[in-house]
Amino acid sequence: MNLLQQQLIDEYQKGLPVTSRPYFDMAQRLGCLEQDVIAELKDLKASGALSRVGPVFNHKKAGASTLAAMAVPENELAAVAERVNAFEGVNHNYAREHEYNLWFVVTAPDQDQLQNSLKAIELSGGYKVMSLPMVKSYFIDLGFKVKWLQSEVAINKKWQ
Amino acid sequence: MNMDEISQLRLRKAIQNGLPLTEQPYLTLAEELGLTEDQVMQTINDWQEDGLIKRFGLVVKHHSLGYKANAMVVWDIPDNKVDEVGELLSLCDAVTLCYQRPRQLPHWNYNLFSMIHGQDRETVLQQLADIVEQNGLSGFGRDVLFSYKLFKQCGGQYVQPTSTVGGVAL
Repeated sequence: MNLLQQQLIDEYQKGLPVTSRPYFDMAQRLGCLEQDVIAELKDLKASGALSRVGPVFNHKKAGASTLAAMAVPENELAAVAERVNAFEGVNHNYAREHEYNLWFVVTAPDQDQLQNSLKAIELSGGYKVMSLPMVKSYFIDLGFKVKWLQSEVAINKKWQ
Repeated sequence: MNMDEISQLRLRKAIQNGLPLTEQPYLTLAEELGLTEDQVMQTINDWQEDGLIKRFGLVVKHHSLGYKANAMVVWDIPDNKVDEVGELLSLCDAVTLCYQRPRQLPHWNYNLFSMIHGQDRETVLQQLADIVEQNGLSGFGRDVLFSYKLFKQCGGQYVQPTSTVGGVAL
């Protein structure tokens, strides 16, 4: 992780410019070249640190979504997870330490299609789905404040 | 200037997995979708203003940034106190999400969900202990569900690859 990558993560998890050349405007503010911004974003994506540059949609306004959980015998977990992931509306899927050990988010264009997806996932996954749709959000998403490790900061000083 | 419903859905589908990393990403999108660059930018601005888009920028993967421990902390809070506790939790630095969800009795009696990302398990448990103490939450039932495997992570696919509007593929 180099300094420019850290700055991009610190400064631009929100408020990406909506201008003709957003990466140029970001480069101006960070004191580098447009091509550096583009190259570092590509590198962050390739390294897996960056999921995407773009929107985080409001669940409630963008369509229908829910947090779903299944209780799956441990030795079947990977296979069931794979079958669940095959559904296009599944976007996060984690194994967690609990009797309910498979947790995933399901989205769909509307409530009817969401319910249909959940039924199909239950059928394909082979275990009952517990659906826990959001009732209310208390959190304003401003991005994630990364506390850079001292070792990384040191590397960057050298790199500069 | 106003875009029809199909154009809007096409644009949503095009950006839900991220902007192109080209010098003029909005122009790139416009050319792909048969729109103008101004239409694309104006629509994205409108979506931010009306709250359809709640955040527009880099979306990071915590795990790849060294935040290896990811705990979903769930709470059983009396219904008449859940808003108050939810607002308290959302103010804690360590908390990265805080949602109220329905109970599913008798299997599931937790109604408040929060997420804590930390560099390791011990850090997260310590942060949680601090939160409980500082906010006087020790009297409420809770459970901590650490993740131990990530099977899939991407943006919400609200407009799906196979979505159609009135029989028209997007």
